[in-house]
Amino acid sequence: MQIMIAFIAGLLMSIGIAVSMMIDPAKVLGFLNLSGNWDPSLALVMAAALAVYSVGFRLVRGRSAPLMAEKFQLPNASKIDKPILIGAAVFGLGWGLVGYCPGPALAALSSGSFATLSFVLAMVVGWYLARKWPLPH
Amino acid sequence: MENFTPLSALIGGTFIGLGALLLMAALGRIAGISGIASQAIFQKQDRSWKLAFVAGLLLGPLLVALVISDFSFSTPELGPRTLIAGLLVGLGTAWGSGCTSGHGVCGIGRFSPRSITATLIFMAAGVLVASLF
Repeated sequence: MQIMIAFIAGLLMSIGIAVSMMIDPAKVLGFLNLSGNWDPSLALVMAAALAVYSVGFRLVRGRSAPLMAEKFQLPNASKIDKPILIGAAVFGLGWGLVGYCPGPALAALSSGSFATLSFVLAMVVGWYLARKWPLPH
Repeated sequence: MENFTPLSALIGGTFIGLGALLLMAALGRIAGISGIASQAIFQKQDRSWKLAFVAGLLLGPLLVALVISDFSFSTPELGPRTLIAGLLVGLGTAWGSGCTSGHGVCGIGRFSPRSITATLIFMAAGVLVASLF
């Protein structure tokens, strides 16, 4: 059952990525590139997702446990340390270069594009390297 | 602003929020796509639901294409720029413990100062690079 729910959660998120056209890197760059013909759409995608999640999270957290697991597993880290500052900056640089963040890149694999596949493979290499060489805190 | 698509943005964003919320309500997990996908590859622990989540991610657009007949989207160009971008996104999301979904939606949605900071930084870096290059 956990597997089914996780599948549906991934499916819902990528339907959202597709319907909002965040799956199209040109659309994302239209938001990130302030020098050209600015497209505010991504701000509304974020706003809608946040509205649903923030209200829903409050309701869900009122319960003692999730519906299908023993406990809520929230990140322990709360310190704003070097890895998160550098990591977020490095991620942003890559995101702005092409217009892909991990979700849309994975969702766009269904297009069969070699360029998308090459991006995802390079991203997996990046995950591997960062696991091998974590940043000091 | 002739490219502005407010309706599809709001509908799409709602789906993203609902998917992330479902994972929290049912499994008690943060729907961070970079974390879940990388752990599905590099960690044995809890691998089955993480793989199922990634499978859902891969199939969503095919489902949308079935419903919206003229659904299509562009893809980047094959070349060094795309490879470097992928590498940076991988390194950055692993070092920074999250991406647009984990920090931008789930983290901000639960008012985590760490995620709010991360989102401001990757947004600023993304805007800078996309506007200058």
